[in-house]
Amino acid sequence: MTHSSFNPTALDYVAGGGLMNRRSLLRAAAIGGGATFAGLTIPKGARADPLIPDWVKVAGARARGYGMPAEQEADVQRAIIEPYKEVAPSFSISGTPHQKLRGTITPSGLHYELHHGGRPDVDPDQHRLMIHGLVDRPLKFDLDSLGRYPMVTETHFLECAGNSLFNAIMPEPMQAGCDVLHGLLSNSEWTGIPMSVLLDEAGVKPEGRWVVAVGNDGPSLARSIPIEKLMDDAILALYQNGERVRPEQGYPMRLLVPGFEGNMNVKWLTSLWATDAPAHTKDESGEYTELLADGTSVEFTFGMGVKSIITHPSSTMTMTGNGFYEISGLAWSGAGPIRKVEISADGGASWAEAELVQPVLSRATTRFRLPWHWEGAPTLLMSRAEDLTGAVQPTRSDWKARYDPSNFLHNNAIQAWQITAEGMVQNVYA
Amino acid sequence: MSMRKLIPAAAVLFCANGAWAEGPGLGQALSAEEIPWYASYAMPDGRGLPEGGGTAAVGAGIYDGKCAACHGATGVEGPVTPPVGPNDIWAKPAGRYWPYATTLFDYIRRAMPIDAPKSLTNDEAYALAAFILYRNGVIGEAEAMNAQTLPAVVMPNRDNFTDVWAKQGATPW
Ligand code: HEC
Repeated sequence: MTHSSFNPTALDYVAGGGLMNRRSLLRAAAIGGGATFAGLTIPKGARADPLIPDWVKVAGARARGYGMPAEQEADVQRAIIEPYKEVAPSFSISGTPHQKLRGTITPSGLHYELHHGGRPDVDPDQHRLMIHGLVDRPLKFDLDSLGRYPMVTETHFLECAGNSLFNAIMPEPMQAGCDVLHGLLSNSEWTGIPMSVLLDEAGVKPEGRWVVAVGNDGPSLARSIPIEKLMDDAILALYQNGERVRPEQGYPMRLLVPGFEGNMNVKWLTSLWATDAPAHTKDESGEYTELLADGTSVEFTFGMGVKSIITHPSSTMTMTGNGFYEISGLAWSGAGPIRKVEISADGGASWAEAELVQPVLSRATTRFRLPWHWEGAPTLLMSRAEDLTGAVQPTRSDWKARYDPSNFLHNNAIQAWQITAEGMVQNVYA
Repeated sequence: MSMRKLIPAAAVLFCANGAWAEGPGLGQALSAEEIPWYASYAMPDGRGLPEGGGTAAVGAGIYDGKCAACHGATGVEGPVTPPVGPNDIWAKPAGRYWPYATTLFDYIRRAMPIDAPKSLTNDEAYALAAFILYRNGVIGEAEAMNAQTLPAVVMPNRDNFTDVWAKQGATPW
C-alpha cells in the first residue's frame, strides 16, 4: 500500500511528531477531492476482468445456534501465563489481546482472568447466594428467584490490581504485546440486581459496616467490602454482554464493585457475611497490599487509578509504511468518567488532545483517537489520561518512586511506545 | 445521581405488601445449620475460630508432606509465594508480613493445599499456622496455636499499614 498521494501540507498539525487536528481528516478528504485519500487511488482505465470469488457462486453455510469468530481470526486469543505451571497450573493469568481489538466492549470469551485456584464447575441448581451475619433476616436465594428481581444494565471495566506488572518490576522493558503487558483490563456490559435491594431485604444491622464476600470456588476466595460501596453502586451480575456470566467470570453470578480492584469483584459469589469490621482475609493481608518506598504498606487500596494505553499502534506491531494512521487507545478510571486524553508523538515534548469516542461512561473504558502522519522517523508515542476528579496519570519514574521496588500493584504509569526507523513498535520506559 | 436511587420510591408505590419495598422479596429463611464455615472468616480478635490446636513441631511433619512441594522445603524456597521470609521471591511472607495470625489459620483451612482445599482438619491447620509463625521467628516451637493463643500473637508488621479506605475512601492511593 502506498501513501504517496497523501499531501501533508494540506493538514494542520497540532503537536510535534505529526499529530494532526482531530478534524483534519475530513478537511484532507475535501481538499483531495475524494479521488485520492489516505493512500487509496482509484485506477483509471484498468480493463482487466474482475476476479469473481468462489463463495459468490455457491449457497452459503447453514445457520448455527451459536456464532463463532471467523476461522481466520483463530489467533485472537487471551495470553495465558501460568507462573507456577509445574506445581500449581490452576493459578493462572489470561490477558485480553487489546492490540487485536477495537471499540470498548471486550468480547466475553476474551475477558481477562486471574484464577487463584482455577475455574470451578459450579452447578447452578445447587448454587445459593446467602446473606447472613449482622442482618435481621438471614436469607438464601436461588438462581430462579433472583431472575425475578428488577435488574440494571451498566458498562464497567474490571482491572486486576496486578495489571501492567511487568512494566512495574522488570529492570528492562519486556518486549511483548498489550495482552501480556496490559491485558488484565477488560470492559463489559453487566446486567444484574442492585446489591442494595438484596441487602435491604435481609436488613443489615447498623453495626454491619463491612461485608465479607465469598466465592464458591476451591479456595473460597474472600474479600471484605465496605457496606457503603455495596449499598451505593454494587451489582449482583447475572449477565455479561447480554448472556449469562461465563464460567471464567463467575457463573452463575458474580459481585461487581465498579471502579474497585478486580479481586474484590468476587466470582461465583455464594456468601455475603455482614460484620462490624474487615476480616483481614488473605488477599487483603498480603497479596493485595502495597509496600511503599519507606518500608510501610498500604492496605484497603480499593480504587483503580486513572490510566490509558495506546493500543494502535502498540508493541509487537510493525508499521506498514509512512503516512496516515489513526492513533487509538483505551482510557479508564476507577474514580469516574475520563475528562481528557492527551497524546504525544515526540517523547512528551508536546501534547495534543485526542477525541474521546462517545459515550464516555463512568468507570468504563473510553476509546480515544487522533489522526497522525508518521514521517518514518524514530519517535516515541505516549498517552496521558485525566479523569473528572482531575487526577492525571503519573510518569513511570514518579510512580516507581512511591513504592518499594518489589511492588507491582496499581501501576497506572504512562506507557511509552517507541517507533523505530524500520517501523517496529517497542515497549520502552520513558 | 443514579437511576437506582429512584427505585425505592417507585417500588413503594407499586409494591402491594410493602414488606421489601425494593424487590419481590423472594429470599428464603437461612438457618445457621445451612451455612458452611467457609462462608464466614476467622476475625482478627479470634471470633469464629473453632476448637482444636497444634504446635510447630507437629506442623513441620504435615508441611513436609502437604506443602513443601509448592512452597519450598523450608518455606523460603518457593516456587509459590514462600510463607517464610521475606526474600527475593516474595517480599510479603504470610508468616511475617500479614497483620493478623488468624488469617493464616483461616486461609490454610479454606484454600490449602491448592489441589485439595478443605481437606485439612482444624488441628492440622492450627499446627501449620504454628509452624509458619515459628519458622518466621514469631512464636516458639512448643507454643500451641488455638482459638485463644492465635489471636493473641502480635505480628511484627501489624503497625506498618495505612488503611487507605479509612483515610480517603475509594480515592485511589
Ligand atoms: C500444589 C501447590 C500448593 C500446595 C501443595 C500448597 N500450596 Fe499454598 N499456595 C499455592 C498457591 C498457588 C498459592 C497462591 C494462591 C493465591 O495467590 O491466591 C498459595 C498460597 C499460600 C499461602 C498464602 C501466601 C501469600 O503470601 O499470599 C499460604 C500461607 C499457603 N499457601 C500455605 C500452604 C500450606 C500450609 C500448605 C500445605 C497444607 C500449602 N500452602 C500447600 C499452592 C500450593
